[in-house]
Formats: sequence, structure tokens, C-alpha cells
Amino acid sequence: MSALLSIQNMTHFFGGLKAVSEFSFDVPEGVIYGLIGPNGSGKTTTFNLITGIYNPTQGTILLDGKDITGQKPYKIVRSGIGRTFQNLRIFSSMSVLDNIRAAKQYRAKSGLLSSVMRLPGFMAEEKRIREESMNLLEVLHLADRADDAARNLPYGDLRRLEIARALATQPRLLLLDEPAAGMNPKEVQDLMKLVQRVRDEFKVTVFLIEHHMKVVMGICERVKVLDFGTTIAEGKPEDVGRDAKVLEAYLGRKGAAC
Amino acid sequence: MEYKPVLQTLKRIGSWIVFPLLSVGDIVGRKTGRNMPRLTLAALGIYLYIYVLGSTGVFNGYVMHIINLSLIYVALAASLNLINGITGQFSLGHMGFAAVGAYVSGTFTTLLFKLNPSVPGAYLVFVGAIVAGGVAAALMGVLIGFPSLRLKGDYLAIVTLGFGEIIRTILNNISYVGGPRGLLGIPKFSNFTIIFAAAFLTILVIRNLVHSSHGRAFLAIRENELAAELAGIDTTRYKVLSFAIGAGFAGVAGGLFAHLLQMAHPTQYGFMGSVMVLIMVYAGGVGSLTGSIIAAFSLTFLSEGLRGVLDGLGELTNLPLGDLRMVIYALLLILIMLFRTEGLMGNKESKLLMLPEDKR
Ligand SMILES: Nc1ncnc2c1ncn2[C@@H]1O[C@H](COP(=O)(O)OP(=O)(O)OP(=O)(O)O)[C@@H](O)[C@H]1O
Ligand SMILES: [Mg+2]
Repeated sequence: MSALLSIQNMTHFFGGLKAVSEFSFDVPEGVIYGLIGPNGSGKTTTFNLITGIYNPTQGTILLDGKDITGQKPYKIVRSGIGRTFQNLRIFSSMSVLDNIRAAKQYRAKSGLLSSVMRLPGFMAEEKRIREESMNLLEVLHLADRADDAARNLPYGDLRRLEIARALATQPRLLLLDEPAAGMNPKEVQDLMKLVQRVRDEFKVTVFLIEHHMKVVMGICERVKVLDFGTTIAEGKPEDVGRDAKVLEAYLGRKGAAC
Repeated sequence: MEYKPVLQTLKRIGSWIVFPLLSVGDIVGRKTGRNMPRLTLAALGIYLYIYVLGSTGVFNGYVMHIINLSLIYVALAASLNLINGITGQFSLGHMGFAAVGAYVSGTFTTLLFKLNPSVPGAYLVFVGAIVAGGVAAALMGVLIGFPSLRLKGDYLAIVTLGFGEIIRTILNNISYVGGPRGLLGIPKFSNFTIIFAAAFLTILVIRNLVHSSHGRAFLAIRENELAAELAGIDTTRYKVLSFAIGAGFAGVAGGLFAHLLQMAHPTQYGFMGSVMVLIMVYAGGVGSLTGSIIAAFSLTFLSEGLRGVLDGLGELTNLPLGDLRMVIYALLLILIMLFRTEGLMGNKESKLLMLPEDKR
């Protein structure tokens, strides 16, 4: 298996705080890869570095062998990385459908003039975008809410809408930042199935941050454990779960994190 | 004229012109599944309606003048709505763009070509000058769009406010365009027809843009800029584009304004003017073009009414009550902010300005 995402020796400082420290690893194509660690251990920062929100102080990020370090976020997205956010960032007064269509903007070819004049080429493209978006909403069980303002959706639906929006950019790598946060046990179950289904149906590699051990143990094929910006364990979930350093990081200092 | 017969005439002309056109538009719209025919024919109906009322004297010259002013404010409010309401970039210098359009077009028609409206062909040159004013304002919009890449909220508001004032100060100091006296003797080219066309075009272009991939990029930036960027949208490009398009239409409106009042004066384009347009956007509803249209008409008519009332009272009491208008606007804005934050229309649109398939 070749590495889809490869991070080499990445370090990031916030002022004097070393949020990520000499981080190196590969995410093989086609897997569901988990990133876990106590609060403040640098997980979200890692995602922010991968998606270009921050520039790493040091290190390189390769997507399918291509250096994407320091590129603007929208360019990184266009080269094949989609993501969701730990704290939802929905386009809340837009419709559910438009949340998806917005993420397809960059693939639209119609120029300003043909859009304003609503020429046949533009109309055909609009029709295609609408169909694609509705299909995506169908897969994520959101199709019946397509015309509702996103802000009127319940929390669990919003989490799925973010996943749908990330998929709408047609990524090869999907980054999910705590997708199960705030969900009830039933929703967590559904989410686990959904993530597996999305991986198979959209042929994406999934890299997810999660606090729910059930999710990590249930669907991740590999897991990496971070603490204070450093990797303390890496491997199959069942092995990592027995690792002494991991148990200490989770249980020793702050009690049960999950 | 008495009240009753006027109303009857209004009704009769309405049923002869507007309703037939609306129903034709309705049928065509339903047949083709598109809203453009309906919208265009409705606009044509309204245009003919007012035109007939104006030329038969039911609306006198003064009323037509206020309608013209209102339509110019429609273009100003709608174009600011694109920047402020649809893209979410708080701009306080909108009249600066209008000033660029007014002075550039005025320079062409008045100073360079010394156009005479009665000469054949002059009108075409005038239209060219208006377009040139719009283009110049759009370029200025690009320039002002750049701070918006780094600044947000209050900071952007301050920079755009500064921009408006800088434009005003510069105009005050260029003697070629009249300096503090203003650019005088501009020929009266603006009439109801061209002003209506410009206002309609502004609305149509912005409405069609909103219902396209480009428009969804604008809206996404307003909703959540970081998420927009991570949905693959080049937010830099779209913020600058929004300023450019909004400024361009404001420039056209400014040009028409100057050729309606037959002069351009730095004080017309100051901070209070920009605030007035801003009030229209907020009163109508941020993001709603329907709201901008309604607010532009109501506030322009209110403003003219107030001017009459306050000037009359001022003469009676010998007090400078004219300035009270600005106080009243400020109060109005505060009331909107307190009691109807989302404005008259919220972000809803009239059916005419929506697409057939959009249910909201
Ligand atoms: N923009 C920022 N500026 C300064 N410090 C930051 C910034 N973002 C994160 N940090 C700090 O970096 C460290 C890592 O934060 P990060 O958000 O990556 O943690 P996390 O592992 O995602 O935690 P959680 O499980 O709570 O989401 C924390 O100490 C945090 O306070
Ligand atoms: Mg986090």
C-alpha cells in the first residue's frame, strides 16, 4: 500500500507553545485512520496544518507524493483533501442543498457573463450540480431536508451535513475532526456505519480524530496517539489500547477521557 | 386634482398595462420553467405604467423626479447589498464609488465632449460616459477590496469609511472638476427610461449572480469564511469581485445621479450619504433585493416628505430643523436594530426575484 498522505518531521509553534512536535507519519490509501489523544494534545492543530490554515514552523506535507506544504487552504482542498470541523462551521442561513452546491463552486466552469445571462451552458451546468448534490444528500440521508435552512437541522444532521459538504469537494482524503462529538449512542452507531460506507462508496481515505473509544476501536484500522504534540503510540487499535504510555496519558493524568 | 379620479386612472391604466403583461409573463414562465420572462415583463409593465402616468401628468414633474431618485437609490442599495448583505463585507464608503462614477462620467460629458443633449448621437456618448464611470468605480472597488482580505468587521468599516472621505477630499481639491464648488453645468441626460433600465439591470444582474455558483461563493463567505475556503472557494478572489461588481453598479448610479441633478458636488457623496444607503440595506433586510427596492422607495419618499415638513416648520419657528432629518434616520436605524434586526424582508425575496425551483 502506498501512502496517500505523508507528513515528514512537522513541528508547529504557537508563540512559545510547541503544539505539534516532530510529527512524522503516513496514511496509507484506502484506510480509516484514527488520531487520538487527550485534550490540547495537538490533534486539531495537525488538521489545521494539513489543510493549510497554519503554515508548519518546520516539516513537509505530501499528498500522493506532491508537496502541499504552505499552500492556501482552497488549493489544498482542490488537490484532494476535504475536512469537517470540531466546532461545526455550517453555512447556516443557506439551504442544505446550497451548503453542498457551494462546495462544488470550484468545479463549475460557467463564467460571470454566462451566469448572469443564464445561457444554456450555464443552465445545463446548474442542473448537473443540483443532481450531483441531491445524490450526495441522498447517500447521507439529508435529501428530504434539501430546501430547509441549514440552521433548522438537528445537531446530528448538521454533523452529517458537514461530512456531505466535505465530500462535495470530491476529496481523496477526508479529515473528520471528532465526527461523533455530542451524539447519542444510536447516532454514534449510525455514524460508524456511515463512515465505512462513505469510504467504500466514495473511495476516500478517512483520517479521523475521535474521543469516542468505541468509534476508534470499532472502525479504525490504524491509530496514532498524540500527547503534548508528540506521538506516544501507533498501531492497530487493540494493541494501542493496551499500551502503557497511552493508558497513562489518558487515565493517569486526567481520569477517563471517554 | 381630486383624490378619487386619480385613483381610478391609476387603476384603469394598471389593468390595461400591468396585468396583461404579468399574465403573459406568468404563462411564458410556467411554460419554460424559467422566471426571467416573468421578471422582465413585470418590470416592463411597471415601467410603462409609471411612464404613462408621468407623461399624462397624473404624476407631475416633482413626483417623477422623486421616483427617479428612488430608482437611483435602488441601484445603490442593491449594489451595497451585494457587498454588505450577500458577501458580508461591511462597507461604509459606498457613496465614494458613486462619486467616482459621477465625476468620471461628468468629466466626459461636460468637460471633455461638452455634449449638448439636442445633438443627435449625444445620447450614445452619454451612455458610454456612464459605462466609463461604472468601470472606473469598479477598478476603485478592486482597490478597496484588497483591505477586505486582511480586515474584518469594524476594521474594514473604518477603512471603507476612510476611503469615502478620501475620495471626497480629493474631489474637493481638484480644480479641474470644480473643487469645492462642484462640477456644474452637467447636461441633463438622465431620464426615467435610462434610470429605470439601470436600476432593473442592477437588480437582474445581482439576482442572477446570487443564483449561480458565483453567488453561492459570495454567500458562503458571509456565512463562514474559513469553511468557505475549505469548501474550495477562492475567498480572496470573490471578496474582491464582490467589491468590484458592487462598486461598478454604484458608479453607474452615481453617473445617472449627476446627469439628473445636473451637477456633482463633493458633499453629496460624503459619509451621511453612505449611511443613508446602508440604512436602506438594513431596513429592507440584509441579503434581500426585494427589501432593498422597497426600502429605497420608502426612504426616498419619506426623506422628501420630511424635507418639506421640516423646512416648513423651520421657517415658522426660525430654527434650523433641516438637520433634524439625519437625526430621524439615525433613530430609524436604531429602531430597526432593536425591533426588527432582520429588516423588513429578512433574507426573503419576492417570488419574482426567485427561481421557480427554489422553495424558500
Ligand atoms: N490559534 C492558536 N493560537 C495559540 N494556541 C493555540 C491555537 N490553536 C491551538 N492552540 C493550542 O495548541 C494546543 C493544541 O491544541 P489543539 O486544538 O490542536 O488540541 P486538540 O488535540 O485538538 O484538543 P481537543 O481534544 O480539545 O480538541 C493547545 O494547547 C491549544 O491551546
Ligand atoms: Mg481538537
